[in-house]
Amino acid sequence: MSPQMIDRLISAFFDTVLMVSASAGIAVVAGIPLAVFLVISGPGGFFPAPRLNRVLGAIVNGFRAVPFIVLLVALIPFTRLVTGTTIGVWAAVVPLAISATPFFARIAEVSLREVDPGLVEAAQSIGASRWQIVRHVLLPEALPGIIGGFTITVVSMIGASAMAGAVGAGGLGDVAIRYGYQRFDTTIMVVVIVILVALVSLVQISGDTAVRRLRAR
Amino acid sequence: MTGALAIGVSERSGARVVPDVSVRRIAGTVRFEGLGKTYTSSAGEVQALSDINLEIEAGEIYGIIGRSGAGKSSLLRSINRLESPSEGRVLVDGEDIAGLNEAGLIRLRRRIGMIFQHFNLLASKTVRENVALPLLIAGVPKDEAATRVAEVLKLVGLEGKEDTYPSRLSGGQKQRVGIARALVNRPEILLCDEATSALDPETTLSILRLLRDINRRLGLTIILITHEMSVIREVCHRVLVLERGQIVETGPVWQVFARPQHDATQALLAPLKRDLPADLAARLRPRAESLTDLHVVELTFAGEAAPDLAALSAAINGPVRLVQAAVERIEGHAIGRLVVLLPGRADLARLPLAARSLGHVAADD
Repeated sequence: MSPQMIDRLISAFFDTVLMVSASAGIAVVAGIPLAVFLVISGPGGFFPAPRLNRVLGAIVNGFRAVPFIVLLVALIPFTRLVTGTTIGVWAAVVPLAISATPFFARIAEVSLREVDPGLVEAAQSIGASRWQIVRHVLLPEALPGIIGGFTITVVSMIGASAMAGAVGAGGLGDVAIRYGYQRFDTTIMVVVIVILVALVSLVQISGDTAVRRLRAR
Repeated sequence: MTGALAIGVSERSGARVVPDVSVRRIAGTVRFEGLGKTYTSSAGEVQALSDINLEIEAGEIYGIIGRSGAGKSSLLRSINRLESPSEGRVLVDGEDIAGLNEAGLIRLRRRIGMIFQHFNLLASKTVRENVALPLLIAGVPKDEAATRVAEVLKLVGLEGKEDTYPSRLSGGQKQRVGIARALVNRPEILLCDEATSALDPETTLSILRLLRDINRRLGLTIILITHEMSVIREVCHRVLVLERGQIVETGPVWQVFARPQHDATQALLAPLKRDLPADLAARLRPRAESLTDLHVVELTFAGEAAPDLAALSAAINGPVRLVQAAVERIEGHAIGRLVVLLPGRADLARLPLAARSLGHVAADD
Protein backbone atom coordinates (compact mmCIF):
# COMPACT_ATOMS: atom_id res chain seq x y z
CA MET A 1 0.00 0.00 0.00
CA SER A 2 1.36 3.39 -0.94
CA PRO A 3 1.86 6.14 1.67
CA GLN A 4 -0.85 8.18 -0.11
CA MET A 5 -3.23 5.28 0.29
CA ILE A 6 -2.44 5.09 4.02
CA ASP A 7 -3.07 8.83 4.33
CA ARG A 8 -6.32 8.40 2.44
CA LEU A 9 -7.38 5.61 4.81
CA ILE A 10 -6.50 7.64 7.89
CA SER A 11 -8.42 10.63 6.65
CA ALA A 12 -11.36 8.41 5.67
CA PHE A 13 -11.34 6.88 9.13
CA PHE A 14 -11.59 10.31 10.76
CA ASP A 15 -14.30 11.34 8.32
CA THR A 16 -16.36 8.33 9.37
CA VAL A 17 -15.76 8.97 13.07
CA LEU A 18 -16.70 12.64 12.65
CA MET A 19 -19.84 11.91 10.64
CA VAL A 20 -21.02 9.25 13.05
CA SER A 21 -20.24 11.12 16.26
CA ALA A 22 -21.75 14.41 15.09
CA SER A 23 -24.97 12.75 13.98
CA ALA A 24 -25.04 10.49 17.05
CA GLY A 25 -24.78 13.61 19.20
CA ILE A 26 -27.72 15.15 17.39
CA ALA A 27 -29.67 11.89 17.67
CA VAL A 28 -29.22 11.90 21.45
CA VAL A 29 -30.10 15.55 21.90
CA ALA A 30 -33.20 15.25 19.73
CA GLY A 31 -34.09 11.59 20.26
CA ILE A 32 -34.29 11.48 24.06
CA PRO A 33 -36.76 14.37 24.40
CA LEU A 34 -38.75 12.87 21.55
CA ALA A 35 -38.81 9.47 23.27
CA VAL A 36 -39.77 11.02 26.61
CA PHE A 37 -42.57 12.95 24.97
CA LEU A 38 -43.85 9.88 23.13
CA VAL A 39 -44.01 8.01 26.45
CA ILE A 40 -45.52 10.64 28.74
CA SER A 41 -48.02 11.99 26.21
CA GLY A 42 -49.28 8.57 25.20
CA PRO A 43 -52.06 6.48 26.73
CA GLY A 44 -51.53 6.12 30.48
CA GLY A 45 -48.81 8.77 30.50
CA PHE A 46 -48.81 11.63 32.98
CA PHE A 47 -48.73 14.35 30.31
CA PRO A 48 -51.60 13.32 28.06
CA ALA A 49 -51.58 14.86 24.58
CA PRO A 50 -53.05 12.13 22.40
CA ARG A 51 -53.29 14.11 19.17
CA LEU A 52 -49.72 15.43 19.18
CA ASN A 53 -48.58 11.99 20.28
CA ARG A 54 -50.19 10.38 17.21
CA VAL A 55 -48.80 13.02 14.84
CA LEU A 56 -45.26 12.63 16.19
CA GLY A 57 -45.60 8.85 16.13
CA ALA A 58 -46.61 8.98 12.47
CA ILE A 59 -43.67 11.26 11.56
CA VAL A 60 -41.26 8.95 13.36
CA ASN A 61 -42.67 5.94 11.52
CA GLY A 62 -42.45 7.81 8.21
CA PHE A 63 -38.75 8.51 8.58
CA ARG A 64 -38.11 4.98 9.82
CA ALA A 65 -39.78 3.59 6.69
CA VAL A 66 -37.54 5.36 4.18
CA PRO A 67 -34.28 3.53 3.36
CA PHE A 68 -31.25 5.61 4.25
CA ILE A 69 -29.87 5.81 0.71
CA VAL A 70 -33.22 7.23 -0.48
CA LEU A 71 -33.41 9.62 2.46
CA LEU A 72 -29.89 10.81 1.66
CA VAL A 73 -30.94 11.91 -1.80
CA ALA A 74 -34.45 13.06 -0.93
CA LEU A 75 -33.12 15.35 1.78
CA ILE A 76 -30.64 17.14 -0.52
CA PRO A 77 -32.66 20.42 -0.67
CA PHE A 78 -33.02 20.44 3.10
CA THR A 79 -29.33 19.65 3.54
CA ARG A 80 -28.39 22.58 1.31
CA LEU A 81 -30.65 24.82 3.39
CA VAL A 82 -28.97 23.76 6.62
CA THR A 83 -25.31 23.42 5.66
CA GLY A 84 -25.15 25.52 2.50
CA THR A 85 -23.66 22.60 0.60
CA THR A 86 -24.67 19.17 -0.64
CA ILE A 87 -21.29 17.51 -0.58
CA GLY A 88 -18.81 16.64 2.14
CA VAL A 89 -18.93 15.35 5.70
CA TRP A 90 -21.43 17.88 6.99
CA ALA A 91 -23.78 17.25 4.12
CA ALA A 92 -23.88 13.63 5.27
CA VAL A 93 -24.39 14.51 8.90
CA VAL A 94 -27.82 16.03 8.17
CA PRO A 95 -29.47 12.90 6.68
CA LEU A 96 -27.57 10.61 9.07
CA ALA A 97 -28.90 12.54 12.10
CA ILE A 98 -32.41 12.71 10.65
CA SER A 99 -32.40 8.98 10.04
CA ALA A 100 -30.83 8.07 13.40
CA THR A 101 -33.03 10.28 15.59
CA PRO A 102 -36.35 8.44 15.07
CA PHE A 103 -34.55 5.09 15.21
CA PHE A 104 -32.93 5.93 18.53
CA ALA A 105 -36.10 7.58 19.84
CA ARG A 106 -38.07 4.37 19.30
CA ILE A 107 -35.49 2.28 21.12
CA ALA A 108 -35.26 4.77 24.00
CA GLU A 109 -39.05 4.86 24.12
CA VAL A 110 -39.17 1.12 24.79
CA SER A 111 -36.78 1.46 27.73
CA LEU A 112 -38.69 4.40 29.15
CA ARG A 113 -41.95 2.50 28.87
CA GLU A 114 -40.47 -0.36 30.85
CA VAL A 115 -39.96 1.84 33.91
CA ASP A 116 -42.33 0.52 36.58
CA PRO A 117 -45.40 2.79 36.80
CA GLY A 118 -45.17 2.28 40.56
CA LEU A 119 -42.00 4.40 40.55
CA VAL A 120 -43.83 7.22 38.81
CA GLU A 121 -46.62 6.92 41.34
CA ALA A 122 -44.10 6.97 44.20
CA ALA A 123 -42.55 10.12 42.75
CA GLN A 124 -45.97 11.74 42.45
CA SER A 125 -46.70 10.81 46.05
CA ILE A 126 -43.64 12.70 47.28
CA GLY A 127 -44.71 15.79 45.40
CA ALA A 128 -42.52 15.59 42.30
CA SER A 129 -43.47 17.76 39.34
CA ARG A 130 -43.70 16.20 35.89
CA TRP A 131 -40.31 17.51 34.90
CA GLN A 132 -38.82 16.16 38.15
CA ILE A 133 -40.33 12.75 37.44
CA VAL A 134 -38.66 12.72 34.02
CA ARG A 135 -35.37 14.00 35.40
CA HIS A 136 -35.12 11.92 38.59
CA VAL A 137 -37.12 8.79 37.81
CA LEU A 138 -37.73 8.02 34.13
CA LEU A 139 -34.32 8.89 32.71
CA PRO A 140 -32.09 7.41 35.45
CA GLU A 141 -34.18 4.23 35.65
CA ALA A 142 -34.21 3.74 31.88
CA LEU A 143 -30.54 4.67 31.46
CA PRO A 144 -29.15 1.14 31.00
CA GLY A 145 -31.70 0.47 28.25
CA ILE A 146 -31.07 3.85 26.66
CA ILE A 147 -27.33 3.25 26.56
CA GLY A 148 -27.90 -0.20 25.08
CA GLY A 149 -30.14 1.39 22.45
CA PHE A 150 -27.59 4.10 21.75
CA THR A 151 -24.96 1.43 21.08
CA ILE A 152 -27.23 -0.21 18.52
CA THR A 153 -27.91 3.18 16.95
CA VAL A 154 -24.21 4.04 16.61
CA VAL A 155 -23.39 0.66 15.08
CA SER A 156 -26.14 1.00 12.51
CA MET A 157 -24.97 4.57 11.80
CA ILE A 158 -21.46 3.35 11.07
CA GLY A 159 -23.08 1.07 8.51
CA ALA A 160 -25.21 3.87 7.07
CA SER A 161 -22.24 6.25 6.87
CA ALA A 162 -20.72 3.96 4.23
CA MET A 163 -23.42 5.23 1.86
CA ALA A 164 -22.46 8.81 2.51
CA GLY A 165 -19.94 8.49 -0.31
CA ALA A 166 -22.96 9.02 -2.53
CA VAL A 167 -22.90 12.66 -1.52
CA GLY A 168 -19.12 12.86 -1.65
CA ALA A 169 -18.74 12.78 2.09
CA GLY A 170 -15.85 10.36 2.03
CA GLY A 171 -15.35 7.97 4.87
CA LEU A 172 -14.29 4.35 5.00
CA GLY A 173 -17.23 3.02 3.03
CA ASP A 174 -16.44 5.39 0.17
CA VAL A 175 -12.82 4.24 0.08
CA ALA A 176 -13.88 0.60 0.04
CA ILE A 177 -16.26 1.17 -2.89
CA ARG A 178 -13.99 3.36 -4.96
CA TYR A 179 -10.71 1.55 -4.46
CA GLY A 180 -11.62 -1.87 -3.17
CA TYR A 181 -14.55 -2.56 -5.47
CA GLN A 182 -14.23 -0.37 -8.55
CA ARG A 183 -10.42 -0.77 -8.82
CA PHE A 184 -10.31 -4.38 -7.67
CA ASP A 185 -7.89 -3.54 -4.82
CA THR A 186 -8.54 -6.43 -2.48
CA THR A 187 -5.99 -5.24 0.06
CA ILE A 188 -7.82 -1.96 0.53
CA MET A 189 -11.10 -3.81 0.80
CA VAL A 190 -9.72 -6.12 3.51
CA VAL A 191 -8.10 -3.25 5.42
CA VAL A 192 -11.33 -1.22 5.40
CA ILE A 193 -13.32 -4.22 6.58
CA VAL A 194 -10.85 -4.87 9.41
CA ILE A 195 -11.01 -1.22 10.51
CA LEU A 196 -14.82 -1.23 10.42
CA VAL A 197 -15.03 -4.48 12.38
CA ALA A 198 -12.63 -3.05 14.99
CA LEU A 199 -14.59 0.19 15.21
CA VAL A 200 -17.95 -1.56 15.61
CA SER A 201 -16.52 -3.96 18.19
CA LEU A 202 -15.08 -1.07 20.17
CA VAL A 203 -18.46 0.70 20.22
CA GLN A 204 -20.33 -2.47 21.14
CA ILE A 205 -17.93 -3.45 23.91
CA SER A 206 -17.96 0.03 25.44
CA GLY A 207 -21.75 0.11 25.37
CA ASP A 208 -22.07 -3.36 26.86
CA THR A 209 -19.60 -2.52 29.62
CA ALA A 210 -21.48 0.63 30.55
CA VAL A 211 -24.79 -1.24 30.63
CA ARG A 212 -23.32 -4.05 32.71
CA ARG A 213 -21.89 -1.59 35.24
CA LEU A 214 -25.23 0.18 35.59
CA ARG A 215 -27.20 -3.04 35.93
CA ALA A 216 -24.82 -4.52 38.50
CA ARG A 217 -25.99 -2.15 41.19
CA MET B 1 -69.33 -23.36 64.08
CA THR B 2 -68.94 -20.10 65.92
CA GLY B 3 -69.27 -16.92 64.03
CA ALA B 4 -68.79 -14.69 67.01
CA LEU B 5 -65.09 -14.74 67.56
CA ALA B 6 -62.12 -15.29 65.44
CA ILE B 7 -58.82 -14.77 67.10
CA GLY B 8 -55.71 -16.77 67.61
CA VAL B 9 -53.68 -16.69 70.76
CA SER B 10 -51.37 -13.77 70.38
CA GLU B 11 -47.92 -13.43 71.83
CA ARG B 12 -48.20 -9.72 71.85
CA SER B 13 -47.32 -8.41 75.27
CA GLY B 14 -49.49 -5.74 76.75
CA ALA B 15 -52.17 -3.70 75.16
CA ARG B 16 -51.58 -1.12 72.52
CA VAL B 17 -51.65 2.32 73.95
CA VAL B 18 -54.06 4.73 72.35
CA PRO B 19 -52.06 7.86 71.51
CA ASP B 20 -52.04 10.29 74.37
CA VAL B 21 -54.51 13.05 73.70
CA SER B 22 -52.09 15.68 74.96
CA VAL B 23 -49.52 14.94 72.25
CA ARG B 24 -52.11 14.66 69.49
CA ARG B 25 -51.68 17.17 66.76
CA ILE B 26 -54.49 18.95 65.08
CA ALA B 27 -52.91 18.33 61.70
CA GLY B 28 -53.49 15.00 60.05
CA THR B 29 -57.24 14.61 59.85
CA VAL B 30 -58.93 13.16 56.79
CA ARG B 31 -62.60 13.37 56.05
CA PHE B 32 -64.56 11.76 53.23
CA GLU B 33 -67.93 13.20 52.35
CA GLY B 34 -70.16 11.21 50.05
CA LEU B 35 -67.15 9.96 48.13
CA GLY B 36 -67.79 7.96 44.99
CA LYS B 37 -65.61 6.70 42.19
CA THR B 38 -66.72 5.29 38.87
CA TYR B 39 -64.36 3.85 36.31
CA THR B 40 -65.16 3.53 32.68
CA SER B 41 -63.65 0.38 31.29
CA SER B 42 -64.18 -1.66 28.16
CA ALA B 43 -66.72 -3.69 30.11
CA GLY B 44 -68.74 -0.59 30.91
CA GLU B 45 -68.96 1.49 34.04
CA VAL B 46 -67.53 0.10 37.23
CA GLN B 47 -68.54 1.57 40.55
CA ALA B 48 -65.35 1.33 42.62
CA LEU B 49 -66.56 3.37 45.58
CA SER B 50 -69.92 4.71 46.57
CA ASP B 51 -71.14 7.03 49.30
CA ILE B 52 -68.11 6.86 51.57
CA ASN B 53 -68.54 9.04 54.65
CA LEU B 54 -65.78 8.82 57.18
CA GLU B 55 -63.67 10.86 59.51
CA ILE B 56 -60.13 9.86 60.42
CA GLU B 57 -58.68 11.60 63.43
CA ALA B 58 -55.22 13.05 63.79
CA GLY B 59 -52.72 10.65 65.34
CA GLU B 60 -54.70 7.46 64.96
CA ILE B 61 -53.85 4.31 63.03
CA TYR B 62 -56.80 3.65 60.81
CA GLY B 63 -57.14 0.37 58.98
CA ILE B 64 -59.11 -0.14 55.80
CA ILE B 65 -59.69 -3.79 55.05
CA GLY B 66 -61.48 -5.53 52.26
CA ARG B 67 -61.12 -8.28 49.74
CA SER B 68 -59.31 -7.50 46.51
CA GLY B 69 -61.38 -5.30 44.28
CA ALA B 70 -63.28 -3.85 47.23
CA GLY B 71 -62.05 -0.35 46.41
CA LYS B 72 -59.44 0.03 49.17
CA SER B 73 -56.75 1.23 46.83
CA SER B 74 -58.97 3.88 45.22
CA LEU B 75 -60.01 5.14 48.62
CA LEU B 76 -56.42 5.43 49.84
CA ARG B 77 -55.26 7.13 46.64
CA SER B 78 -58.00 9.70 46.86
CA ILE B 79 -56.33 11.11 49.98
CA ASN B 80 -53.27 12.37 48.10
CA ARG B 81 -55.18 12.70 44.84
CA LEU B 82 -53.30 10.02 42.99
CA GLU B 83 -56.87 9.25 42.03
CA SER B 84 -59.63 11.80 41.78
CA PRO B 85 -63.10 10.92 43.02
CA SER B 86 -66.11 11.09 40.69
CA GLU B 87 -68.39 12.37 43.43
CA GLY B 88 -68.07 13.81 46.88
CA ARG B 89 -65.20 15.48 48.64
CA VAL B 90 -61.99 14.61 50.43
CA LEU B 91 -60.92 17.04 53.13
CA VAL B 92 -57.42 16.95 54.57
CA ASP B 93 -57.21 19.09 57.70
CA GLY B 94 -60.52 20.59 56.68
CA GLU B 95 -59.39 21.63 53.22
CA ASP B 96 -61.14 20.27 50.14
CA ILE B 97 -58.25 18.90 48.08
CA ALA B 98 -60.19 18.89 44.82
CA GLY B 99 -59.70 22.66 44.67
CA LEU B 100 -55.91 22.54 44.75
CA ASN B 101 -53.92 23.68 41.73
CA GLU B 102 -50.70 21.89 40.75
CA ALA B 103 -48.54 23.82 43.23
CA GLY B 104 -51.09 23.27 45.98
CA LEU B 105 -51.25 19.57 45.18
CA ILE B 106 -47.47 19.28 45.40
CA ARG B 107 -47.55 21.00 48.80
CA LEU B 108 -50.31 18.62 49.95
CA ARG B 109 -48.36 15.58 48.82
CA ARG B 110 -45.33 16.74 50.78
CA ARG B 111 -47.51 16.58 53.90
CA ILE B 112 -48.63 13.02 53.09
CA GLY B 113 -46.11 10.19 52.94
CA MET B 114 -46.91 6.96 51.16
CA ILE B 115 -45.45 3.47 51.18
CA PHE B 116 -46.21 0.68 48.74
CA GLN B 117 -46.61 -3.06 48.54
CA HIS B 118 -43.72 -3.39 46.11
CA PHE B 119 -41.69 -0.64 47.80
CA ASN B 120 -41.24 1.34 44.55
CA LEU B 121 -37.62 2.26 45.18
CA LEU B 122 -35.43 3.61 42.41
CA ALA B 123 -32.99 0.90 41.36
CA SER B 124 -30.59 3.50 39.99
CA LYS B 125 -30.18 5.25 43.33
CA THR B 126 -28.60 4.22 46.64
CA VAL B 127 -30.55 4.01 49.87
CA ARG B 128 -29.35 7.50 50.77
CA GLU B 129 -30.31 8.94 47.38
CA ASN B 130 -33.72 7.26 47.47
CA VAL B 131 -34.48 8.68 50.89
CA ALA B 132 -33.09 12.10 49.96
CA LEU B 133 -35.17 12.36 46.79
CA PRO B 134 -38.21 14.06 48.39
CA LEU B 135 -35.87 16.68 49.88
CA LEU B 136 -33.97 17.14 46.63
CA ILE B 137 -37.12 17.84 44.68
CA ALA B 138 -38.44 20.09 47.45
CA GLY B 139 -35.24 22.12 47.22
CA VAL B 140 -34.10 21.52 50.81
CA PRO B 141 -30.48 22.69 51.27
CA LYS B 142 -27.91 19.88 51.11
CA ASP B 143 -26.67 20.14 54.70
CA GLU B 144 -30.13 20.01 56.14
CA ALA B 145 -31.10 17.19 53.77
CA ALA B 146 -28.11 15.11 54.89
CA THR B 147 -29.04 15.57 58.55
CA ARG B 148 -32.64 14.63 57.97
CA VAL B 149 -31.77 11.58 55.87
CA ALA B 150 -29.43 10.36 58.60
CA GLU B 151 -32.20 10.97 61.15
CA VAL B 152 -34.87 8.94 59.37
CA LEU B 153 -32.46 6.15 58.45
CA LYS B 154 -31.66 5.85 62.14
CA LEU B 155 -35.36 5.85 62.97
CA VAL B 156 -36.05 2.91 60.64
CA GLY B 157 -32.89 1.06 61.68
CA LEU B 158 -30.94 1.25 58.43
CA GLU B 159 -27.72 2.89 59.58
CA GLY B 160 -24.77 1.51 57.65
CA LYS B 161 -26.84 0.77 54.53
CA GLU B 162 -26.66 4.32 53.15
CA ASP B 163 -24.58 3.49 50.08
CA THR B 164 -26.24 0.19 49.24
CA TYR B 165 -28.46 -0.15 46.18
CA PRO B 166 -32.01 -1.44 46.77
CA SER B 167 -31.41 -4.65 44.80
CA ARG B 168 -29.02 -5.76 47.55
CA LEU B 169 -31.58 -5.35 50.32
CA SER B 170 -34.11 -7.82 51.73
CA GLY B 171 -37.83 -7.13 51.43
CA GLY B 172 -38.06 -5.85 54.98
CA GLN B 173 -35.10 -3.54 54.48
CA LYS B 174 -36.59 -2.23 51.24
CA GLN B 175 -39.81 -1.37 53.04
CA ARG B 176 -37.77 0.39 55.71
CA VAL B 177 -36.20 2.50 52.97
CA GLY B 178 -39.73 3.18 51.68
CA ILE B 179 -40.80 4.26 55.17
CA ALA B 180 -37.74 6.49 55.55
CA ARG B 181 -38.46 8.12 52.19
CA ALA B 182 -42.08 8.68 53.21
CA LEU B 183 -41.07 10.23 56.54
CA VAL B 184 -38.22 12.46 55.44
CA ASN B 185 -40.56 15.31 54.51
CA ARG B 186 -41.99 15.13 58.07
CA PRO B 187 -45.52 14.36 56.90
CA GLU B 188 -48.56 14.48 59.13
CA ILE B 189 -50.21 11.52 57.41
CA LEU B 190 -48.67 8.24 56.27
CA LEU B 191 -50.55 6.14 53.72
CA CYS B 192 -49.67 2.46 53.61
CA ASP B 193 -50.75 0.58 50.49
CA GLU B 194 -50.63 -3.13 51.40
CA ALA B 195 -47.23 -2.33 52.89
CA THR B 196 -46.65 -5.80 54.31
CA SER B 197 -48.40 -7.97 51.74
CA ALA B 198 -45.16 -8.85 49.95
CA LEU B 199 -43.31 -9.71 53.16
CA ASP B 200 -42.96 -12.92 55.17
CA PRO B 201 -44.81 -13.12 58.53
CA GLU B 202 -41.78 -12.32 60.66
CA THR B 203 -40.80 -9.28 58.59
CA THR B 204 -44.43 -8.19 58.48
CA LEU B 205 -44.45 -8.11 62.25
CA SER B 206 -41.26 -6.06 62.43
CA ILE B 207 -42.56 -3.53 59.91
CA LEU B 208 -45.88 -3.25 61.76
CA ARG B 209 -44.02 -2.67 65.02
CA LEU B 210 -42.02 0.04 63.32
CA LEU B 211 -45.20 1.70 62.09
CA ARG B 212 -46.68 1.57 65.57
CA ASP B 213 -43.51 3.02 67.01
CA ILE B 214 -43.48 5.82 64.45
CA ASN B 215 -47.12 6.60 65.18
CA ARG B 216 -46.38 6.86 68.87
CA ARG B 217 -43.17 8.84 68.58
CA LEU B 218 -44.10 11.24 65.81
CA GLY B 219 -47.82 11.36 66.45
CA LEU B 220 -48.62 11.15 62.77
CA THR B 221 -51.83 9.70 61.39
CA ILE B 222 -51.36 6.34 59.68
CA ILE B 223 -53.94 5.07 57.23
CA LEU B 224 -53.32 1.58 55.96
CA ILE B 225 -55.08 -0.75 53.62
CA THR B 226 -54.73 -4.49 53.82
CA HIS B 227 -56.60 -7.69 53.16
CA GLU B 228 -55.24 -9.34 56.28
CA MET B 229 -57.12 -9.03 59.57
CA SER B 230 -53.94 -9.93 61.46
CA VAL B 231 -52.40 -6.66 60.27
CA ILE B 232 -55.42 -4.74 61.56
CA ARG B 233 -55.25 -6.56 64.88
CA GLU B 234 -51.56 -5.84 65.24
CA VAL B 235 -51.54 -2.08 64.82
CA CYS B 236 -54.83 -0.39 64.16
CA HIS B 237 -56.97 1.62 66.53
CA ARG B 238 -60.02 1.75 64.30
CA VAL B 239 -61.01 -0.22 61.24
CA LEU B 240 -63.29 0.10 58.28
CA VAL B 241 -64.48 -2.90 56.32
CA LEU B 242 -65.00 -2.19 52.66
CA GLU B 243 -67.07 -4.47 50.44
CA ARG B 244 -67.86 -3.71 46.80
CA GLY B 245 -67.03 -0.06 47.25
CA GLN B 246 -69.19 0.45 50.30
CA ILE B 247 -68.51 0.71 54.00
CA VAL B 248 -70.11 -2.31 55.63
CA GLU B 249 -68.65 -1.96 59.08
CA THR B 250 -66.58 0.51 61.08
CA GLY B 251 -65.50 0.80 64.66
CA PRO B 252 -62.75 0.24 67.19
CA VAL B 253 -60.71 -2.83 66.25
CA TRP B 254 -61.60 -4.77 69.39
CA GLN B 255 -65.30 -4.36 68.75
CA VAL B 256 -65.08 -5.48 65.15
CA PHE B 257 -63.08 -8.51 66.29
CA ALA B 258 -65.42 -9.32 69.15
CA ARG B 259 -68.69 -8.74 67.33
CA PRO B 260 -68.30 -8.73 63.57
CA GLN B 261 -71.62 -7.72 62.03
CA HIS B 262 -71.24 -8.24 58.32
CA ASP B 263 -70.60 -11.37 56.26
CA ALA B 264 -67.61 -9.71 54.63
CA THR B 265 -66.04 -9.11 58.03
CA GLN B 266 -66.68 -12.71 59.03
CA ALA B 267 -65.03 -13.88 55.83
CA LEU B 268 -61.99 -11.70 56.48
CA LEU B 269 -61.76 -13.00 60.02
CA ALA B 270 -62.02 -16.63 58.90
CA PRO B 271 -58.25 -17.19 58.48
CA LEU B 272 -57.76 -16.31 62.14
CA LYS B 273 -60.54 -18.58 63.29
CA ARG B 274 -60.04 -22.02 64.83
CA ASP B 275 -62.41 -24.87 64.27
CA LEU B 276 -63.32 -27.33 66.97
CA PRO B 277 -60.56 -29.97 67.16
CA ALA B 278 -61.34 -32.70 64.62
CA ASP B 279 -61.32 -35.61 67.08
CA LEU B 280 -63.80 -33.82 69.29
CA ALA B 281 -65.97 -32.76 66.38
CA ALA B 282 -66.17 -36.36 65.21
CA ARG B 283 -67.48 -37.56 68.58
CA LEU B 284 -69.96 -34.75 68.99
CA ARG B 285 -73.61 -35.69 69.33
CA PRO B 286 -76.57 -33.37 69.57
CA ARG B 287 -78.03 -34.82 72.78
CA ALA B 288 -76.68 -36.30 75.97
CA GLU B 289 -77.07 -40.08 75.77
CA SER B 290 -75.98 -40.92 79.27
CA LEU B 291 -75.67 -39.15 82.55
CA THR B 292 -71.89 -39.19 82.38
CA ASP B 293 -71.80 -37.42 79.02
CA LEU B 294 -69.94 -34.13 78.99
CA HIS B 295 -71.40 -30.94 77.64
CA VAL B 296 -69.25 -29.14 75.02
CA VAL B 297 -69.75 -25.44 75.57
CA GLU B 298 -68.37 -22.39 73.84
CA LEU B 299 -67.83 -19.40 76.10
CA THR B 300 -67.22 -15.96 74.68
CA PHE B 301 -66.35 -12.66 76.23
CA ALA B 302 -65.52 -9.17 75.14
CA GLY B 303 -64.97 -6.42 77.62
CA GLU B 304 -62.65 -4.71 79.99
CA ALA B 305 -61.67 -7.64 82.20
CA ALA B 306 -60.42 -11.13 81.44
CA PRO B 307 -62.68 -13.90 82.79
CA ASP B 308 -62.22 -15.29 86.30
CA LEU B 309 -61.68 -19.05 85.93
CA ALA B 310 -62.40 -19.85 89.56
CA ALA B 311 -65.76 -18.12 89.27
CA LEU B 312 -66.47 -20.27 86.26
CA SER B 313 -65.84 -23.45 88.18
CA ALA B 314 -67.78 -22.21 91.19
CA ALA B 315 -70.79 -21.30 89.05
CA ILE B 316 -71.33 -24.83 87.89
CA ASN B 317 -69.98 -26.41 91.06
CA GLY B 318 -67.94 -28.97 89.18
CA PRO B 319 -64.90 -29.52 86.97
CA VAL B 320 -64.26 -27.33 83.94
CA ARG B 321 -61.99 -28.84 81.34
CA LEU B 322 -60.49 -26.43 78.89
CA VAL B 323 -60.32 -27.83 75.33
CA GLN B 324 -59.50 -24.84 73.25
CA ALA B 325 -58.92 -21.13 73.87
CA ALA B 326 -58.33 -18.03 71.88
CA VAL B 327 -57.86 -15.03 74.08
CA GLU B 328 -56.59 -11.62 73.26
CA ARG B 329 -56.28 -8.11 74.55
CA ILE B 330 -56.87 -5.37 72.01
CA GLU B 331 -56.53 -1.86 73.34
CA GLY B 332 -57.22 -2.86 76.88
CA HIS B 333 -60.21 -5.02 76.00
CA ALA B 334 -60.13 -8.68 76.77
CA ILE B 335 -61.82 -10.65 74.06
CA GLY B 336 -61.82 -14.36 73.65
CA ARG B 337 -63.46 -17.68 73.04
CA LEU B 338 -63.06 -20.77 75.18
CA VAL B 339 -64.30 -24.25 74.45
CA VAL B 340 -64.83 -26.20 77.66
CA LEU B 341 -66.18 -29.57 78.73
CA LEU B 342 -68.66 -29.33 81.57
CA PRO B 343 -70.55 -31.98 83.47
CA GLY B 344 -73.77 -32.88 81.68
CA ARG B 345 -75.94 -31.50 84.44
CA ALA B 346 -74.32 -28.05 84.43
CA ASP B 347 -76.72 -25.16 84.06
CA LEU B 348 -75.40 -22.89 81.34
CA ALA B 349 -77.55 -20.00 82.49
CA ARG B 350 -75.49 -19.69 85.67
CA LEU B 351 -72.19 -19.25 83.87
CA PRO B 352 -70.61 -15.80 84.14
CA LEU B 353 -69.81 -15.76 80.42
CA ALA B 354 -71.92 -15.95 77.28
CA ALA B 355 -72.32 -19.66 76.67
CA ARG B 356 -73.46 -21.65 73.70
CA SER B 357 -73.88 -25.39 73.60
CA LEU B 358 -71.99 -27.11 70.81
CA GLY B 359 -73.13 -30.64 71.69
CA HIS B 360 -72.24 -33.56 73.91
CA VAL B 361 -69.50 -36.15 74.03
CA ALA B 362 -69.10 -39.40 75.93
CA ALA B 363 -66.75 -39.13 78.92
CA ASP B 364 -64.68 -42.10 77.85
CA ASP B 365 -61.25 -40.53 77.97
